Amino acid sequence: MSTAPLAAGEPVSAGARDPRRLLLGVAAPLVAIVLALAAGAIFIVAIGQNPFAIYGLMIGESLGTGYGLGQTLFKATPLIFTGLAVALGFRAGLFNIGAEGQIYLGGFAAALIGSAFTGWPPALLLPACILAAAAAGGAWGAIPGLLKARFGAHEVINTIMMNFIAFALVSFVGRPLFEPATVRTADIGAGAALARLSDWLPALRGSPANMALVLALAVAALAGLLIFRTRFGYALRAVGLSAPAAAFGGISIGRTQALAMTLSGAIAGIGGVNFVLGYKHFFEMGFSGGTGFLGIAVALIGRNHPVGVVLAALFFGALSYGGLVINQQVPRELIDVLQGLVILFAISAQQVLERMSRRLA
Amino acid sequence: MRGIWRRFGHVVANRDVSLDLAPGTIHALVGENGAGKSTLMRTLYGLLQPDRGAIVIDDRQVHLRRPADAMHLGIGMVHQHFMLVPTLTVAENVTLGHEPQTLGLFRRRRAVREVESLAKRHGLEVDPRARVGALSVGAQQRVEILKTLYRGARVLILDEPTAVLTPHEVEDLFRMLRELRQQGATIVLITHKLAEVKALAGHVTIMRAGEVVADAPVEGLSIEAMAETMVGRPIPALQAPSARPGATIMLSVRALDVADDRGLPAVKRASFDVHAGEIVGVAGVEGNGQHELVECLAGLRPPLRGEISIVGHRCTGRSAREHFAAGLAHSPSDRLHRGLVPDMNLGENLILGRHHDRDLGAGPFLSPRRVARFARPLIEAFDVRPPDPDARAAGLSGGNQQKLIAARELSRGASVILAAHPTRGVDLGAVAFIHSRLMDERNAGHGVLLVSAELSEILTLSDRIFVMFEGDLVYEVRAQDTDERELGLYMTGRRRGPR
Repeated sequence: MSTAPLAAGEPVSAGARDPRRLLLGVAAPLVAIVLALAAGAIFIVAIGQNPFAIYGLMIGESLGTGYGLGQTLFKATPLIFTGLAVALGFRAGLFNIGAEGQIYLGGFAAALIGSAFTGWPPALLLPACILAAAAAGGAWGAIPGLLKARFGAHEVINTIMMNFIAFALVSFVGRPLFEPATVRTADIGAGAALARLSDWLPALRGSPANMALVLALAVAALAGLLIFRTRFGYALRAVGLSAPAAAFGGISIGRTQALAMTLSGAIAGIGGVNFVLGYKHFFEMGFSGGTGFLGIAVALIGRNHPVGVVLAALFFGALSYGGLVINQQVPRELIDVLQGLVILFAISAQQVLERMSRRLA
Repeated sequence: MRGIWRRFGHVVANRDVSLDLAPGTIHALVGENGAGKSTLMRTLYGLLQPDRGAIVIDDRQVHLRRPADAMHLGIGMVHQHFMLVPTLTVAENVTLGHEPQTLGLFRRRRAVREVESLAKRHGLEVDPRARVGALSVGAQQRVEILKTLYRGARVLILDEPTAVLTPHEVEDLFRMLRELRQQGATIVLITHKLAEVKALAGHVTIMRAGEVVADAPVEGLSIEAMAETMVGRPIPALQAPSARPGATIMLSVRALDVADDRGLPAVKRASFDVHAGEIVGVAGVEGNGQHELVECLAGLRPPLRGEISIVGHRCTGRSAREHFAAGLAHSPSDRLHRGLVPDMNLGENLILGRHHDRDLGAGPFLSPRRVARFARPLIEAFDVRPPDPDARAAGLSGGNQQKLIAARELSRGASVILAAHPTRGVDLGAVAFIHSRLMDERNAGHGVLLVSAELSEILTLSDRIFVMFEGDLVYEVRAQDTDERELGLYMTGRRRGPR
């Protein structure tokens, strides 16, 4: 198995109908979050603040006001995409660390198309931009996928390397296309812009939450359908859970994994539209800012299930906006510490609960 | 051991179990898989702690919190899967953790000397300087026994010790165990082979569903009586091979060469046919090419040379899917690795290899309802428990997992059945069931190739037997014209015969 540490204790598959197993599956991430917040409280006390006040402020600001909720949703949106991308890879037994590069290229491709064909009507330009994002991310996932299928080259190494190539490629290819003396592209055409959610929900006014969230939820639903209700999803899960048994059943492991990586990359790629089509309306270097890497944590906490991924993305979105709010009382680094702690505890809690569920069975 | 209770979740693995072990005896502990015998022995070895009950050694109650406590009190265990470091020598393995040393330096020569004399004293033949990885399975087992003796074991627990041995190695082992008994050691033999109990043990404890159901001297107990006590119901006798093979060739193999994972020849110029209405047995010590032969015939390992035809279709080098399509069913030897996806449910496991069937869903979709509807009658017909398509395969007992695989493979409508170790680690009830299903297949005019390390299985089921040794089919004989002894000679290469 290529996904040794993270995917190993992970299999909460269909067939986990047993309510006790389901409960344990849900419990692991929750226990991890509570423990991480408790550990973070020690940190807050150490710098002379009241943890209840800090956490209260974080929750109040990121979920309690319309604007804050909108910010949380905006930050959660790309995490849903990258979390789904990583989860889909895990389901096929692959560890996609390349979501960062994939979302980055996806955003770049969307901006290129959006700014090149400004005259197109929205019904044409918007889908074209989204497709371009999917294609760019998909291509970036397909390369390590094919290398894995054809030569057995390890996808962890290759997806990491593809990230660097993506950053370098954009700064090299992009430079002549960028606006003079900036690191951003020209604005996209009006037809490519995704509407703000506040157009329908005035409560969210001022926040950048946009229709990319709806797109994300749709992709999550489709991913769930693909994984659990199609023949390909069956093959994908079989490969991820037991490659030798999948081969026994006549499933081509290489083809399944290459396709899974392509889809994974495409999903991450679409994530780029949140910023480019939904917020700034141009591509800017460095816009992804770690959302691809955080997607790994989202998939982990979400237990590689689309519903779990959406919930985990919302949690990390709230954490990330909440961190901005408490900036004056505690250092912003607290949020990075909390994120790290959640992941740390999630991995440990999962192992412990996995052992408990084995005793149940 | 007095009144031991141990629960796992809702399952009571040991219910008020008492066991008395007298010095200088061989005590057999038998029961089906899941009867609780391993739990009991793991408790005695300090790997598990009982919920209730006591362990008394030499009139003193003891608490065994870890294996080190048990070892300290002279209890040693030889696991079914050996715990040896293959790259170290015998002497190094035996002394590991208790090395003779001076100022922290390992005294190799002294270790060799000590191990040599220990081996001689107990009649265990093994070279202390040999590398463990280069030894035969039987010799590795002797190293394991030496290891426990070196740590001062007076009570020796052996978990299914003959499962991996050839008939001759079994004889050697029995001789050694009798000698150890002479010297006053207590030996606990965990097994479900009742012939071994009869041959070796003085006392037998039979467990069923976590309880002791019989505890008696072996003398005066017949194998049949023990079997019925163990299973809890009479076991139907198997009909003897009777059908006459037809002339149609179902599986034809010609001059087949197959390499193993390292690229070394594993199967050498194998040629044989399996006819309609015939069970052909392939006997052999594991690791003599049977695994590679089966994988190649199933399309999971490409051949180097040669030809394979399934019901007249040339399949050489084709994919596993095409082998299925040509009329093959395959029950693989490694059920948890190849045969099943343990983390999928029963329904999902039953559609492995036919998840493209049209009636399981529309277009690219797979309907869980239709999968369950497909699975339910199969689960019922093959008596898989629990009979729930949503249950995880990993939660089933070994016997039920094997029945699940049988349900899938024997319902393919295949003409050629490839059965590799179909009853390994399976309880007696399931063995009888699977055997009768294989007989049914033969009687229905299908061809069966049975690969097994269990000679009694090969002899009861087969019409014709091949012996495989070092990649060659060295011997072919009709089942009624041979016995375990003769096959054993060919299996170990002591005789190479006319084909």
